[in-house]
Amino acid sequence: MNDSGSQGRGAEAQGQGGGLKTSLPVAEMLQGEGLWFHEQGPLQDAILSTRVRLARNLKGHRFPPRALAEELDRIMQRVSQGLAQVPEFAQTELYPMESLGALERQFLLERHLASHDLARDGRHRGLAFSADERAAVMVNEEDHLRIQVLRAGFQLDECYAQANRIDDSLEAQLEYAFFDDFGYLTACPTNVGTGMRASVLIHLPALVLTGKIKKVLAGVGQVGLAVRGFYGEGTDVLGNFFQISNQITLGEKESQTLLNLERVIHQVLDYEEKARDVLLKDAGDQVRDKVMRALGALGHAHMLSSEEVIGLASAVRFGVTLELSGCPRVRTLNEILLCAQPAHLQLMAGHEMSSRERNVQRARWIRERLAAKGC
Amino acid sequence: MKCQLCGHADAVIHIKEVRNDAVTELHLCEKCAREKGFHSMLDQGKASLASQFIWMAENLYPEGSAKLSGVQCSDCGLHYSEFMRTGRLGCASCYVDFGAQLKHLLRRVHGSVRHVGKAPGKDGHLYERRQRVQKLHEDLQRAIEREEYERAAALRDEIRALDATRADSPSAAPSPGEGGGGEDGEA
Repeated sequence: MNDSGSQGRGAEAQGQGGGLKTSLPVAEMLQGEGLWFHEQGPLQDAILSTRVRLARNLKGHRFPPRALAEELDRIMQRVSQGLAQVPEFAQTELYPMESLGALERQFLLERHLASHDLARDGRHRGLAFSADERAAVMVNEEDHLRIQVLRAGFQLDECYAQANRIDDSLEAQLEYAFFDDFGYLTACPTNVGTGMRASVLIHLPALVLTGKIKKVLAGVGQVGLAVRGFYGEGTDVLGNFFQISNQITLGEKESQTLLNLERVIHQVLDYEEKARDVLLKDAGDQVRDKVMRALGALGHAHMLSSEEVIGLASAVRFGVTLELSGCPRVRTLNEILLCAQPAHLQLMAGHEMSSRERNVQRARWIRERLAAKGC
Repeated sequence: MKCQLCGHADAVIHIKEVRNDAVTELHLCEKCAREKGFHSMLDQGKASLASQFIWMAENLYPEGSAKLSGVQCSDCGLHYSEFMRTGRLGCASCYVDFGAQLKHLLRRVHGSVRHVGKAPGKDGHLYERRQRVQKLHEDLQRAIEREEYERAAALRDEIRALDATRADSPSAAPSPGEGGGGEDGEA
């Protein structure tokens, strides 16, 4: 079984990017090791990822929604020169989004490197990202700069420290729009001040199953935090994954915002643990059955849709938390969530696919991934 | 439940804001929600922060919005009404030209109108001093209001001492509402 798994991966590797024109290093990205989602993060069974992003604008320029094309292109040039001096981006390039096809842009969105907005409209916009895909800078999205750092598990301080370093390096070369009163100026006043949005993607199956989630999320909403779905702003919550982030960016130091978020996350995890204890006591066999059925479906189905995978991966992740035998590693589940998305599958195959073809290919890829040694 | 604006269609969008124990609720039908700019909510089932912001501007501070409706940014030319439609400002000067109304909104959203976090490193130390002076001015104002004259005198001396040391520093970055002593210069 292990052999067939590795053969399958090899066959996909040959096809990567084959029939598509792309300037992205898609093959390296798909095969790469040492990426952020491969690392072991603290509390990684409950927390998928932590992200910190800083919004910045350049002094003397209109914000992107109001700037003319030539101005946006000048900003791209200035930022490109600035990025060359930042260690994370010295060996990479600033990709003009309009040079990429729709599939590549979708791939970057699925990869959590580009926003919905950047993937949708690439004109006069750019994206640079580090080799490990932890650090990324979006140019001319809603603000001139969106610096982001993404890591596996719960790593708020580490994410902020890196984002802050990148910010310092860029600021040494680019003058930012900043007022004493309002702090870093942003196109949308909901980001003004620190320009920082810290978010944690958290998995709360027991709270969902026991029906306590609404109460907990309402509580989170009352302490200045926002809750969003799996794919960030503007999507439904899927597979018991919730993104919790700060809303307040003005009148609070970055350190305080991070501390508040950290405290609330720990509290939510406590509630989750209590709900899990209740669930196991009242319906332990049903929960274990649900997990093992999900594992069976992931490992043996012939067709799987994206939404189905998110639901099944959530159930199996719960199995990892419950330490049920036979469950794959968290890293494998993270890889499945990321790589079984539509653009990933099509770029691996090297050609565009219909929804039905994708569902077959997705199921096959996951089967092989789960059958691989050490998954 | 019926839409709170048109009163006849069924409400499909429900917005609830809780801040400092004050609850504000809004229930809208699809048509009214679109008109009020809740597109993302309808299209993707989720309210964006910006659309909440616009809703608050129009419904909680209608007078301020009405007064500014014809105002245009002196630099980028953005009309206030356009900002209300999109929730996006055009440039740094918009923060000055729409300042009074923005401060109401920022206080509502963030619970504050003054930045206390990181500042660009180039004049970071000057920024810290300006922040300190502004804070002292606020404390002084409060001490006077409470008739704590001894404390007020001590604060005044502290401000003078800080002022005396800044002879060589460049003037503060252009910033709305600064130097007035109070947090809300426009109030």
